[in-house]
Amino acid sequence: MIDSTPRAPGSKGVLADTLEQDAPLGSVQTVGEALLENPSVSCRDVAVHYGDKQALFDINLDMGTNEVLALIGPSGCGKTTFLRCINRMNDTIQGCRVSGTIKIDDEEINHADADVVSLRSRVGMVFQKPNPFPKSIYDNIAYGPRIHALTASNEELDQIVEDSLKRAGLWKEVADRLQAPGTGLSGGQQQRLCIARAIAVNPDVILMDEPCSALDPIATARIEELIDELRENFTIAIVTHSMQQAARVSQRTAYFHMGSLVEVGSTDQIFTNPRQRLTEDYITGRFG
Amino acid sequence: MNKASHVSRVGRSPSRLNQRRFRAERRFRRLGLLGVVLALASVVFLLGTIFSSGYSAFWRLQFAVDIQFDPALMKITERPTAEELQEVHYLALFRKNLERAYPEVKKRSERRKLAQMFSESAPDVLRELVLADPTLVGETRRVWVLASSSADMIAKGNAPRDIEEKRRVLTDQQLAWLDQWEEEGLARNRFNTRFFTSGPSRSPELAGLAGAIVGSALTLLVTLIISFPVGVAAAVYLEEYAPKNRISEIIEVNINNLAAVPSIIFGLLGLAVLLNFFGLPRGTPLVGGIVLSLMTLPTIIIASRAALKAVPPSIRDGALAMGASPMQTVFHHVLPLAMPGMLTGTIIGLAQALGETAPLLMIGMFAFVADIPSGVVDQASALPVQIYLWAESSERGYVELTAAGIMVILIFLVLMNLLAVFLRKKFERRW
Ligand SMILES: Nc1ncnc2c1ncn2[C@@H]1O[C@H](COP(=O)(O)OP(=O)(O)OP(=O)(O)O)[C@@H](O)[C@H]1O
Ligand SMILES: [Mg+2]
Repeated sequence: MIDSTPRAPGSKGVLADTLEQDAPLGSVQTVGEALLENPSVSCRDVAVHYGDKQALFDINLDMGTNEVLALIGPSGCGKTTFLRCINRMNDTIQGCRVSGTIKIDDEEINHADADVVSLRSRVGMVFQKPNPFPKSIYDNIAYGPRIHALTASNEELDQIVEDSLKRAGLWKEVADRLQAPGTGLSGGQQQRLCIARAIAVNPDVILMDEPCSALDPIATARIEELIDELRENFTIAIVTHSMQQAARVSQRTAYFHMGSLVEVGSTDQIFTNPRQRLTEDYITGRFG
Repeated sequence: MNKASHVSRVGRSPSRLNQRRFRAERRFRRLGLLGVVLALASVVFLLGTIFSSGYSAFWRLQFAVDIQFDPALMKITERPTAEELQEVHYLALFRKNLERAYPEVKKRSERRKLAQMFSESAPDVLRELVLADPTLVGETRRVWVLASSSADMIAKGNAPRDIEEKRRVLTDQQLAWLDQWEEEGLARNRFNTRFFTSGPSRSPELAGLAGAIVGSALTLLVTLIISFPVGVAAAVYLEEYAPKNRISEIIEVNINNLAAVPSIIFGLLGLAVLLNFFGLPRGTPLVGGIVLSLMTLPTIIIASRAALKAVPPSIRDGALAMGASPMQTVFHHVLPLAMPGMLTGTIIGLAQALGETAPLLMIGMFAFVADIPSGVVDQASALPVQIYLWAESSERGYVELTAAGIMVILIFLVLMNLLAVFLRKKFERRW
C-alpha cells in the first residue's frame, strides 16, 4: 500500500514542490496510506465549497477503529472544514456545500435524506473553544442522554453522568458541585466537561478541533492522556497545531495544505521521514 | 514606522502637543457634560411643571353641612322600607337642610348660588348614608360633602380670587361663604379616592381615572397576548431559520420601517380593517389591543432579534453537535438565554403602547363610558385618551386632573421600566 517511489522525478510527489505556496493546490494526489481495510469513517472525493470559494479538494481519507488520527496543516488549510464534514456541522453554515461520499460504518451520511440528528449522536465533537452550556455541570452531561432518551431512570442518568465525568478525568474535581454552573469552571475543566458531554452519549467517533489550544501544559497533558484512554472505545480525529501533541497522541497523521490532503501516514513515518517536501517544510517549521 | 514617528516629533515639543491634547480632551468632556445637564434640566422642568399643577388633584375640598334626616322632609314614614329610602328625593332633602342652616339666604338666586358651592354628588352622599344606616332617619348629622370644582379651585389657589367678580369662578358672596366656612372649621381637605375609583364625569370634582386605568390594562393585556408570542416567533424564525438572502433582507428592512410608521396609520388600519371589514366592536380594548400589537410588534421583533444575536453561536454549535434538533436547540438553549432581552423589549414596547393616543382615538376609544369596563369587548377608554379628553375640555377644573393623569401614566411607565431592569438583572446570565 505504501507508495514506494517517493519523489521520483515526474511523479505527483514533486508536483507540490513546483507549486507556489500561496495558490490553492487544487486536486492533488495524496501520498501515503490514506485508505484502510476496515475503516470506521471513510471519505471519498470530499470537496467543500463556501459559496464560490472551494475550501477542500477531493479528499480521500479513512479513519480506522481505535486509532487517533491527527490532522495537521497551516492555518486556513481546511482541517476544521474537513472535521465538520463528518458530523455534518457544515450544514449550519449558509452557502457551504459538501460533495463526495462519507461513510460511517458503511452507512452513507452525506446525502440529503441522512438523519443528521442520529448521525450527530454517533459522532461527537469537541470544539476549539470550550463551549459548555450555561447550565449546571450535571445538566451539561445529562443533556445528550436526555434528548436521545438513552436512559430509563434517573439513577441510570446519574450513573452516566458520573461515568462520563470519570472518564474525562473531571469527576474528582466536580463531584461535590454537580449543580454548579458549567461555565464557572476553569478553561481546562470546561474543555474536559465538553469531552465528558461528548462521550456521555457513547458515540462511535469523536472529533476534536484543537481541544488544547486554550489550555496550559498541565491541562493539555491530562487531555492527551484522556485521548489515549478513549482510543480503546472510540475512533478519534484530532486537529492540532502542535507537532509534539500530534506525535504524542496519534497513530496516524494527515497533512493538509491549501485545501488538499498532501500526505497521510503513520505518525512515526510522517515525523521522521516525510515523503513530501511540503510536509517536511511544515513539520520542521520552515512553513506555516 | 519608528523613523516616521521620530520625524514628526521634531516640529513641536512634546509638552506643547500634550497641552493641546489635554485642552481638546477637557473641551470634549465639558461638551458632554453640558449635554447631560441640558437633558436633565429639561426633564426636571417637565416633571416640575406637571407635578406642581397636578399634585393638588389628589386632594379635594369638602364642606360640612348639618343634615336633619327629617321623615317629613323625606316624605316617608317613621319606619321606612329600603325601597322607600331609595325613592326619597335626596336633592330636595339637601336643599331644605341648606335653607334651614342658612335662613338668612332668602332670594332664589342666592339660594342657588349657595347650593352651587357644593358638588352635585351631595344628594348621593346622603342616600348612601341613609341606605347604609336606616336608623339615621329622624336624626341630625354633620355630613361632609365634596365642594364644587369652583370652590375647590379657589381654595387651592388654582383659580385667581383677587380679580373682578365677573371673571372669577365664584361670586363675592360665595367667596365670603368659603372664607367663613374655612374659619369655622366647616371646610377640610381629604385624599381624593374618587380619582382612583370612579370613571369620567362631567363634573371635575367627581371625575376619576379608574375606567381609563382598567381600559388601558385590558388593552395592554390584549397587546401582550398577541404581540409577545408572535413577535418572539417571528424573531426566532428570522434569526434561526430564515436563510440570509434578498427576501429576508427585504423583510428586515420593512420591519425596521414598520417601527417608524406614525401610530395614527395603525389606527386608520384598525378602523378600516378591524371595525369596518371584520365588524369588531368599536372602541373596545380588544380592537385597541390588536391595533397596538401591530405597533408594538416591530419593537418586540427588533429587540428579540438583538437578544438572539447576542447568544453566542458556540452554544448553538454545541447543542447541534450533541444531536439536538434545531428546534430543541432553540427551546433548550437559545431562548432561555435570549428571554431577558426579549422581555425587556416587550415591556418597552408595551410602555410605548401605553402612551399611544392617536390610534385609540381612530378606533373610537374616546367614548364617555362612566362604567368601569369589565371585559375586552366592553366599550372603554384608555389613560392617554382620557388625559387628552381632559386637556381638551374647556372647564378649568380639568387642568389639574390632566396633570394628575399624566403623573399616573408616568408612574406606570416608570414601574414598567423598573420591571424591565429588574428582569434583566434577575435573569442575566454570563456565559
Ligand atoms: N464559514 C466560512 N465561510 C467562508 N469561508 C470559510 C468559512 N470557514 C472557513 N472558511 C474558509 O475555508 C478555508 C479553510 O478553513 P478552516 O477553518 O477549515 O481552516 P483550518 O485549517 O481549520 O484553519 P485553522 O488552523 O486556522 O483553524 C479557509 O480559507 C477559510 O477562509
Ligand atoms: Mg480550525
